[in-house]
Amino acid sequence: MSLATTQSIADIRARNKQLIEEVLKVYPEKTAKRRAKHLNVHQAGKSDCGVKSNIKSIPGVMTIRGCAYAGSKGVVWGPIKDMVHISHGPVGCGQYSWGSRRNYYVGTTGIDSFVTLQFTSDFQEKDIVFGGDKKLVKVLDEIQELFPLNNGITIQSECPIGLIGDDIEAVSRAKSKEYGGKTIVPVRCEGFRGVSQSLGHHIANDAVRDWIFDKFAPDGAPKFEPTPYDVAIIGDYNIGGDAWSSRILLEEMGLRVIAQWSGDGSLAELEATPKAKLNLLHCYRSMNYISRHMEEKFGIPWCEYNFFGPSKIAESLRKIAAYFDDKIKEGAERVIEKYQPLVNAVVAKYRPRLQGRTVMLYVGGLRPRHVIGAYEDLGMEVVGTGYEFGHNDDYQRTAQNYVKDSTLIYDDVNGYEFERFVEKIKPDLIGSGIKEKYVFQKMGVPFRQMHSWDYSGPYHGYDGFAIFARDMDMAVNSPVWKKTKAPWKETPRAKLLAAE
Amino acid sequence: MAQSAEHVLDHLELFRGPEYQQMLDKKKMFEDPREPAEVERIKEWTKTPEYREKNFAREALTVNPAKACQPLGAVFASVGFEGTLPFVHGSQGCVAYYRSHLSRHFKEPSSCVSSSMTEDAAVFGGLNNMIDGLANSYNMYKPKMIAVSTTCMAEVIGDDLNAFIKTSKEKGSVPAEFDVPFAHTPAFVGSHVTGYDNALKGILEHFWDGKAGTAPKLDRRPNQAINIIGGFDGYTVGNLREIKRILELMGIQHTILADNSEVFDTPTDGEFRMYDGGTTLEDAANAIHAKATISMQEWCTEKTLPFVAEHGQDVVSFNYPIGISATDDLLVALSRIAGKDIPEQLARERGRLVDAIADSSAHIHGKKFAIYGDPDLCYGVAAFLLELGAEPTHVLSTNGNKAWQTKMAALLASSPFGQGCQVYPGRDLWHMRSLLFTEPVDFLIGNTYGKYLERDTGTPLIRIGFPVFDRHHHHRSPIWGYQGGLNVLVKILDKIFDEIDKKTNLLGKTDYSFDIIR
Repeated sequence: MSLATTQSIADIRARNKQLIEEVLKVYPEKTAKRRAKHLNVHQAGKSDCGVKSNIKSIPGVMTIRGCAYAGSKGVVWGPIKDMVHISHGPVGCGQYSWGSRRNYYVGTTGIDSFVTLQFTSDFQEKDIVFGGDKKLVKVLDEIQELFPLNNGITIQSECPIGLIGDDIEAVSRAKSKEYGGKTIVPVRCEGFRGVSQSLGHHIANDAVRDWIFDKFAPDGAPKFEPTPYDVAIIGDYNIGGDAWSSRILLEEMGLRVIAQWSGDGSLAELEATPKAKLNLLHCYRSMNYISRHMEEKFGIPWCEYNFFGPSKIAESLRKIAAYFDDKIKEGAERVIEKYQPLVNAVVAKYRPRLQGRTVMLYVGGLRPRHVIGAYEDLGMEVVGTGYEFGHNDDYQRTAQNYVKDSTLIYDDVNGYEFERFVEKIKPDLIGSGIKEKYVFQKMGVPFRQMHSWDYSGPYHGYDGFAIFARDMDMAVNSPVWKKTKAPWKETPRAKLLAAE
Repeated sequence: MAQSAEHVLDHLELFRGPEYQQMLDKKKMFEDPREPAEVERIKEWTKTPEYREKNFAREALTVNPAKACQPLGAVFASVGFEGTLPFVHGSQGCVAYYRSHLSRHFKEPSSCVSSSMTEDAAVFGGLNNMIDGLANSYNMYKPKMIAVSTTCMAEVIGDDLNAFIKTSKEKGSVPAEFDVPFAHTPAFVGSHVTGYDNALKGILEHFWDGKAGTAPKLDRRPNQAINIIGGFDGYTVGNLREIKRILELMGIQHTILADNSEVFDTPTDGEFRMYDGGTTLEDAANAIHAKATISMQEWCTEKTLPFVAEHGQDVVSFNYPIGISATDDLLVALSRIAGKDIPEQLARERGRLVDAIADSSAHIHGKKFAIYGDPDLCYGVAAFLLELGAEPTHVLSTNGNKAWQTKMAALLASSPFGQGCQVYPGRDLWHMRSLLFTEPVDFLIGNTYGKYLERDTGTPLIRIGFPVFDRHHHHRSPIWGYQGGLNVLVKILDKIFDEIDKKTNLLGKTDYSFDIIR
C-alpha cells in the first residue's frame, strides 16, 4: 500500500511539498499564510523540523488540541492518587475528563485514593454572578468531612474562575491554616490560558513548586534512609501501567525509585523528590519545568530517557547508568542481557508481519518522537509526525535524534489537513487520538490510539514492547481491513466527502 | 519474567505476578500510606446511615455527577441537520472534550469546531475569533449550515452571538444568505439536555422566525405532517430508526428534527462521511407547517415545545417511551393526531412484547432496582419496571428538577410496585452509593460510571444510559417502542440470569440450583 517504499527520497520530498501546497489552497489567504509555517518536509542535517510551534490555534479549523485545564488536571495533577482534585467551575470539564486517561494506581478508591472520582463545585449561575469563593470554602469543608483520609486537595480552575475574579489562593491559604497546615493547592489552569494543554503543564509544575516544595522543608529529616541510588521517575503518567513497567527495569539495575510523577504517585513522593540523586525525565514536554527547578534549587541533575522499544531502552539504561558507579553500569548491562531473549522473540514473531509498513503519527507530549524507535525496531517506518502542543525544543529533539529525511511534519494539524495527508500518503497505520480514530478507520486505514494505548498497555519497558508489537500487528493485519470493499463495488479510494 | 512473545500479557495480567507485586509492595514505603486498619474503618463508615446523613447534607460539593454541560447537547442536536457543522464559540479545549465524549460512546467520528478563544479574547471579546472562525470553517469543511453555541467562557464575558454573526457576515466570513443559527448555551445553567433544547430551538427559530431579521418570517400553512424530536439520547441511532419505522408503518408523513441517526452510524467502506443523513434544511424550515410536533423527551424540549406551540401547532411530549403502556400511549397519540389507524403489524409486535414479559416475569417480579440517568430516561425505565412487576426503589437524576420529581412521584404512586420508591432530583452518584449501602437493591440501572457503584456495593449494573463507554454497539439497537422494550427486557434478563448462575455455581456447594433450564 505504501508509496514510500518504492519512491526515492527526492520523490517523497517533492510529493510532500506538493501536498502541503495543496492543503494550503483551501484556506482564506490570511489562514494559509499562518498554517504554512506549521507544515514542512524534514531535511536531514537540520537542527529542527522547520516548523513554528506553540502558537495559538486558528479559529474554526478543527484543531485537535485541548486546554490548560486538561494539561493540569487531566495530565499532571489528576494522577496523584491520595489527593482530591476539584474541577472548580461548571460540571462539564470534570465530567469529560473523568477516568478517561487510564492513569493506573493502587489504592482504595473513595477512601484513601481518589483518581477515578469526579469532584466538582458544579457552578451555577449564582456562583458566576456572586463569585464562587464561598462555595469553594464549603466544598473544601465537605471534602474534609466525607473523605477524611485525603492527604491534600488541589483546586483545578476552569475558565470562569479567572474571569469572575475569585481569589482561590486566599481561600486555599485560609483553609490550609484552619486544617493545621494541610496541603491545599490552587491551580490557575483556566482553559483559556495559553494555546493548548502545554501551558497547563507549566502552570501545574509551578503550583508544585510554589505550594508543595516551598511549603515543605526539603532539608528536613527524610522519612526514609537515603541511598546513593535514589532516583525519581518524572513525566510518566502510568497509562495502562507504563510507570510500573519502567520502574521494574530501574530497580532491577540497582536504582531505587523514590517517587513517581505523577502516575500512581502520592503527595509524599512529590515532597520527597528533592532527595533524589537524579531525576529521570520521560515526558520532557510536561515536566521539564519542575526538573529544571529542582536542578537550580536543589542541584539535582536530570536525564531524559526513552523506554519505547528495545533500542531506545538499552540506550537509555546505559545513559542513566552513566550517572552512577560501576555497580549500576553492570546492572544496566545485566538488565539488557536479561531481556534480550524476550526482545529477540518479539522481533522474530512480529517483524516479518510489520516489515516495511509505514506509520503516520499525531500525538502529544513526547510520543511524536519517542515511539519512532519502537516502530523501527519492528521494521516499520514513520513517514509523518507532528505535535499537538510541542514547542521548538521538541522539534529540535525530533530532528536531531528521530525522524528521517523527507518525513512530513505537521504542527497543530487539524482535521482537514490530517485527512488530506493520509489520503495521499496512504500509510499502513496511523497512531493518534480518539477524535481521529474513527475518521481513519472509516477510510479503511488501520489505527491505534497512541494517547490511551487504545485501552491496552503498558507500552513502556521491555514488557511493554511485547504488548506494543502485538497491538500494532493486530491493527495492521486485522482481517477486517480486507473487507471494507463490497465485492460488487470497485476498490474504494480513501476520500473526503466534506472537503471535496 | 512473565512476559513472552508467544503469550503476550498486557495490563489485565502482567502486574499480577510476583515481580510486580513485590515492586508495588516496596513502593508503599515512599507513599506514606494510611494504616490499613484506618482505611478499613473509614471504608466501613462510608457504608453507614450516619455517613449517608452527612453525605446528603452536602450543599456545595458534587461527587460523580450524572450529567454533562449544555454545549455537549447543542453539538449533539446540531449534527442532526444535513451538512451541519457545530461551531462552539469559546475555549477550544471544550470542543476536544465533546468530540472525545461522543466518539467514546458511539465509536464514531464527531466533527465540531471551536473559535479557539484565548486570553486576549477574554479581554477584548471573541468577535475576531468568530469572524475568522466562520470563514475558515466555511472554506475548509464546506458545510450547508454552521450551528453556533457557546462555552462558559464566552458566556461569562458576555459575547453577543447575534451581533457577532451579523458582523461576520458583513465582513464576508460566510455569504449573507448562509444559515448560521445560534444558541447561548452556558455550562453553568442546566445540563446537556438544556443545551439540546436551546440549540434545537435556536435552529427552528432561525428558519421559522426570519433568520435573525434577514428574511421574512415564515407563514404557517398547516399540513398533515408530524414533527418528531428525539431529545438527547445515547440510543439515538436505534431509537430514531425505530420511530421512523413505526411512522412509515402507520403511513404518517413526518419530519424527524435533529435526526443524527445516520451521522453516528456511518459505514466503514473506505470513505469518511463527515456529514451524513440529517434533517434537510428545507425540511427544518417546512416543519413549521406540520400539524403537530411530538417530543419523545419532555425535559429535553422545555423551551422548544412551547416555541413550536406558539406557532400554532399541537404539541405532545413523552418521557422516553419504553415498554407496553408508554408505546401504547405514543401510538394512540400518533393515530389520533394523524388520523391514521395503528396497523396490525404493530399490534402483533405489542403482543410479542407482552408474550415475552409473560414468559419471563417470574424472574423479574419483586426485584428491587435503583435507576439513575437523565430525567426522561429515568421515567421511561421506571415505568417499564412497574409493568414488569419489578420495584423501582431509588430513582436519581442529577439534572432532574422539582417538576420532574413531582411527575416521577405521581408515576410511582400509580402502581402498587412503586410504593417503596424514593425520587432524588439534583443528587449525584456518591449519594447513590450511600443509598445502595443503606437500602440495598437487587440491580442498578445506569451508564458506564455505574460500574464504580457495582464494584463498591456489589449491586449488579445493567447498562442503560449515556455514556456507555465500556460496552460496544448497544446504541445501534432501539430501546423505544415494543421492539425496544423487548431489547430492554433481554438486557435486564441476561443480567438476572448471569447473577443467578454466578450465585449457584460453586461445585458441590450451591450447584444443585445451577439449572440448565430457567
